[in-house]
Amino acid sequence: MISMADNSIRIEVAGENALIIYFGEKTDPSVSARVQQAVTILETELNGKLIDMVPSYASLLVIYDQLATDHLEVRSTIRKVLNQLSDAVNTEGNLVILPAYYSRESGPDLDALAQRAGLSADEVIKLHSEMEYRVYAIGFAPGFAYLGEVDERIAAPRLSTPRMKVPRGAIAIADRQTAVYPAVSPGGWNLIGLCPTRMFDPEAEPTMPVQVGDRIKFNPISRDEFFALGGELGEIK
Amino acid sequence: MSGFRVIQPGLLTLIQDAGRFGHHRIGLTTGGPVDSLAFKWANRLVDNPLNSTTLEISFGGLVMQAETDAQIVLAGAEMPLKINGVEQDRWHAHKIKAGDKIEVSFSAQGARAYLAVSGGFQVEHSFSSSATVTREGIGGFTGDKLQQGDFLYCKPSGEHGGFRLPEEHRPDYFDDISLRVITGYQQQAFSDYQKRLFFSSEYKVTDRADRMGYRLEGPEVKPSIDGILSEGICHGAIQIPADGQPIVLLNDRQTIGGYPKIGSMIAMDTARMAQLLPGSRISFEEISIDDAHNLHCLAHVRFNNTEPEAID
Repeated sequence: MISMADNSIRIEVAGENALIIYFGEKTDPSVSARVQQAVTILETELNGKLIDMVPSYASLLVIYDQLATDHLEVRSTIRKVLNQLSDAVNTEGNLVILPAYYSRESGPDLDALAQRAGLSADEVIKLHSEMEYRVYAIGFAPGFAYLGEVDERIAAPRLSTPRMKVPRGAIAIADRQTAVYPAVSPGGWNLIGLCPTRMFDPEAEPTMPVQVGDRIKFNPISRDEFFALGGELGEIK
Repeated sequence: MSGFRVIQPGLLTLIQDAGRFGHHRIGLTTGGPVDSLAFKWANRLVDNPLNSTTLEISFGGLVMQAETDAQIVLAGAEMPLKINGVEQDRWHAHKIKAGDKIEVSFSAQGARAYLAVSGGFQVEHSFSSSATVTREGIGGFTGDKLQQGDFLYCKPSGEHGGFRLPEEHRPDYFDDISLRVITGYQQQAFSDYQKRLFFSSEYKVTDRADRMGYRLEGPEVKPSIDGILSEGICHGAIQIPADGQPIVLLNDRQTIGGYPKIGSMIAMDTARMAQLLPGSRISFEEISIDDAHNLHCLAHVRFNNTEPEAID
């Protein structure tokens, strides 16, 4: 059981119709699992009064309808829900396997990252694909999933000058986070490969292969397999 | 085919309904009208449900040809409305016939106007809304702003009675430049001195002001922290990046971010701010969340109790 007496949990005002719950101060699977549990329970408890929710690493933004409720009622519902949260371990999400074509051609920063780490490119690939990641948050752009955490040996700071154009599917590392770019966009993360799976497709059902709380593993594939799965190299600028 | 053909799209004309809700979890932002009061009035004056699809016209320059009989209304910024070359009253429903030419000229005051048609424009929804967010390429016509040659479908409804809003109820966009803010989020990371500086200073709207956010320029406000673990951003949130210049986040904001936030502007006031052009000057006033709730509820009651005049 998690008690509100636990000082690490705080509820703060965010805006006229939004409260934010802080479950902790750092990236941690058990904190993230609590965020997910709270999402599910609050959805029921605030049914008809909720406008939207934004779960992230260690926080949950709760946006409510001011004509249906007020901050005092929402705060008291949140308190009640926090007291209901069980131990986090049993709330593991689905395991989603994402194919990954790691190479110099698909990941222009692979060599530099390896060199920086004092590893070979193959070792970087091994370290990146052996780890199971958690989806901590989805945001910034539709389908952009923040995954963590990469082995600290392959953690790398953002590029000093972000690229103008990163292709859709780019597998990238920034600090101890990793992600797959859902669409062509500017970006400053280190590119190490490409994933042929669409991370956001407005026409598909579901529109995204992953959701917050899911676990992700990258499965290395060959160049031929990448193209067979519909992958495209895309332009990097 | 019944509807309107776009002869000239204007600088930035977007298809908007009330917005996209319940999809933040996959990273989709809200979209929707930046001045929700003018948007709601536009729909109400042609007797539409309040979330019907309209056009949000920024700055002006829209020309359309009617290919149906319908009622239209223009509410919001002072953009001269002409029907077949004759200037017509705004905040006032007008019957039009197939073949009529509708022109919305550049604004004399204010930045956004809403053009509604009886029955609403018929636009396919994506993620439960027609709201266009160009950054995401979602909503409207393939996620883009209106283009020359676009065709806006609507149902013929010329017989329908419309309304006009008496002058005294029409908002004045430049009366009050003090915008109300609830302190929150990382407000404890701003010292009393920094908060006082923020609430006692005047800020200028820069030319980097759009539907995603309004970047302001003025005295630097500095939090005691550089950044935070990325977290959800609500409408009106005021983030302070390293340069100390506030950014007020609006409808097309990214859903998650990592800059410290001093608090959030109330929606009634983001609507007024979104009517300001670059160079305008604003200041902030602190209010409590209880006062904000009261203002919101009172504004809702006032809107419902304000009876527009019926037109034959």
